[in-house]
Amino acid sequence: MKIHEYQAKALLSEFGIPVPQGKVAATAAEAKKLAAELGGEVAVKAQVYAGGRGKAGGIKVAKTPEEAEKLAGQMLGTRLVTHQTAAEGVPINHVLVEKAMNVKRELYLSIIVDNISRMPVMMASEAGGMEIEEVAQKTPEKILKAYIDPAAGFQAFQGRKLAYGMNLTQAQIKPATTLMTDLYKLFQAKDCSLVEINPLVVTADDNLLALDAKVNFEDNALFRHPDIEKLEDKAQEDPLEVHAHELGVKNYIKMDGNIGCMVNGAGLAMAVMDLITYAGGSPANFLDIGTVNSTDRVVNAFKVFTTDPKVKAIMVNIFGGMARVDTIAQGIIEAHKQLDINLPLVVRLAGTNVAEGKRILADSKIKYIEATDFLDVARKAVAAAKGS
Amino acid sequence: MSILIDNNTRLLVQGITGGEGSFHTQRCMEYGTKVVAGMTPGKGGTQTFGVNVYNTIVQAVKETGANVSMVFVPPAFAADAIMEATDAGMPLVVCITEGIPVSDMVTVHHYLKGKNTRLIGPNCPGLISPGKCKVGIMAGEIHLPGNIGVVSRSGTLTYEAVAQLTSLGIGQSTCVGIGGDPLPGSSFVDILQLFNEDKDTKAVVMIGEIGGIAEQDAAQYIKAKMKKPVVVFVAGATAPPGRRMGHAGAIISGSSGRAQDKMAALEAAGATIAPSPAEIGLTMKRVLAR
Repeated sequence: MKIHEYQAKALLSEFGIPVPQGKVAATAAEAKKLAAELGGEVAVKAQVYAGGRGKAGGIKVAKTPEEAEKLAGQMLGTRLVTHQTAAEGVPINHVLVEKAMNVKRELYLSIIVDNISRMPVMMASEAGGMEIEEVAQKTPEKILKAYIDPAAGFQAFQGRKLAYGMNLTQAQIKPATTLMTDLYKLFQAKDCSLVEINPLVVTADDNLLALDAKVNFEDNALFRHPDIEKLEDKAQEDPLEVHAHELGVKNYIKMDGNIGCMVNGAGLAMAVMDLITYAGGSPANFLDIGTVNSTDRVVNAFKVFTTDPKVKAIMVNIFGGMARVDTIAQGIIEAHKQLDINLPLVVRLAGTNVAEGKRILADSKIKYIEATDFLDVARKAVAAAKGS
Repeated sequence: MSILIDNNTRLLVQGITGGEGSFHTQRCMEYGTKVVAGMTPGKGGTQTFGVNVYNTIVQAVKETGANVSMVFVPPAFAADAIMEATDAGMPLVVCITEGIPVSDMVTVHHYLKGKNTRLIGPNCPGLISPGKCKVGIMAGEIHLPGNIGVVSRSGTLTYEAVAQLTSLGIGQSTCVGIGGDPLPGSSFVDILQLFNEDKDTKAVVMIGEIGGIAEQDAAQYIKAKMKKPVVVFVAGATAPPGRRMGHAGAIISGSSGRAQDKMAALEAAGATIAPSPAEIGLTMKRVLAR
């Protein structure tokens, strides 16, 4: 789960990490008022779930409160398109108004869980302000790492190693080490999947400050952080995905094509998407329907398909293991009873309780195209989507 | 022969009294797996399907000689369940549970260090040695005893691959689902090693997906050590970057974790790439005919 920069900075601040003075505004008038309160130059920053804001015009500096008002007015209510967003961009409903900083140096600091060592790793670099992946590719030697023993926690010596490694001055070593220790505390306390301060700046008066911050949370751990779950801004997500998730159709990801896909299992769902693409078609979504114990989720998935104006055919491919094929078949019938579905339907069933599932569908009055295997289901779905 | 589980497997089920736990315990018993114990704290002394339920694993192991544990415990308690089995000296723990927080798995991996327990999963379908033993949630009837090892990050895509093999008359020695999480207990390399050493496994089907570098690690192992042919498919060639495709570990971050790069690395290491997921069985048939 993602949150906005202003929320991330509030969290950093809560854990003792210095951030610029600033507040969030929803209107241009509020932005003006905040700028006047802060005094001097301010940065007006679009609050969206995407990186690359600077280049896309989502971060501007205002010399006066009036200018802040004007800039905020230009941003609010529009959509920002960056290299990380879809073509339609993401809505700007809030701007962060912050005291502009005089910056001497731009550094980088982050924590993730490293899949290889299976430990959290803190990464630090002198090459802040850039995308870290670019740094990793061009100058990997500029990224310093400290692996954090989960039992021992982050140690002061690790902080010193990274701080000296970034060529900080002697006076900055201790504050940097404290900042890193606090950052790990946040990472751990809130079950983060990423905390990133980029850039971590050295100000003109030699202090360390988180000028920009990104905090992502591990979805699987949200059950123990109801306070974090509340922070999610659904306006930043695809509306069909939000709709699907509200209906309990998790693991639904909107794509650009016209074949509504219902598959059980993530790997199989990806493989079916691959097959559809190879057959000359294009999936409208990724969906792992998961373990189906009742017909509701199947009905709700059909609701999502019929809400998507792009969908021209629906494809169901189920290989029952945990999921029971007969329940899925009943769900398909239930969906056709409850909803007005006029789209061609291609179905392929296999696995646990398959005979019963096939019989249930065959005995119903639903029109559907039966497929024998998953190459067949992909091809027939592509043909059906083209024909309607 | 087979790897990890066979006729000598004595299975304990953690979470045997829950909905999924009890459903799949019955399916395993029907397949012929010897289920010797169940474990649910607070239900010790009762019986489920004629199997004694215990409050602690130590006691269950002592009284039944259980040597494999299958975990169906809900995500919030699953890490604790894996560590309890480890503490009881269980040689093999198979965790089916999906949705365990990564930080919990960091703790589990730390706990497992230096201990003699092998973990498979979490977020996996388990494993099966056809005709002998099933410790998992896969449909037993699609399998056929034979000489092909199968190892996969995906559950249902494995069923597809197995169904293709079986329909061509190509049987399997053991099929292992290592799971879709970013921090799996056993990696491709761990399982490939076992297949490499198993004299009744003649070739291996490996099914990867986007995200991480487990397939690249496997490519290195295959190049350096593998004595048997490996047929590979990697799912997600058409998946968009930056999105988590159902599995917690299936995400392309920037330019890393792409299916194309994984397949290229595996091909360069000497593995045979199945051109589509529908041709995994046929590709193996061609490789065996060589």
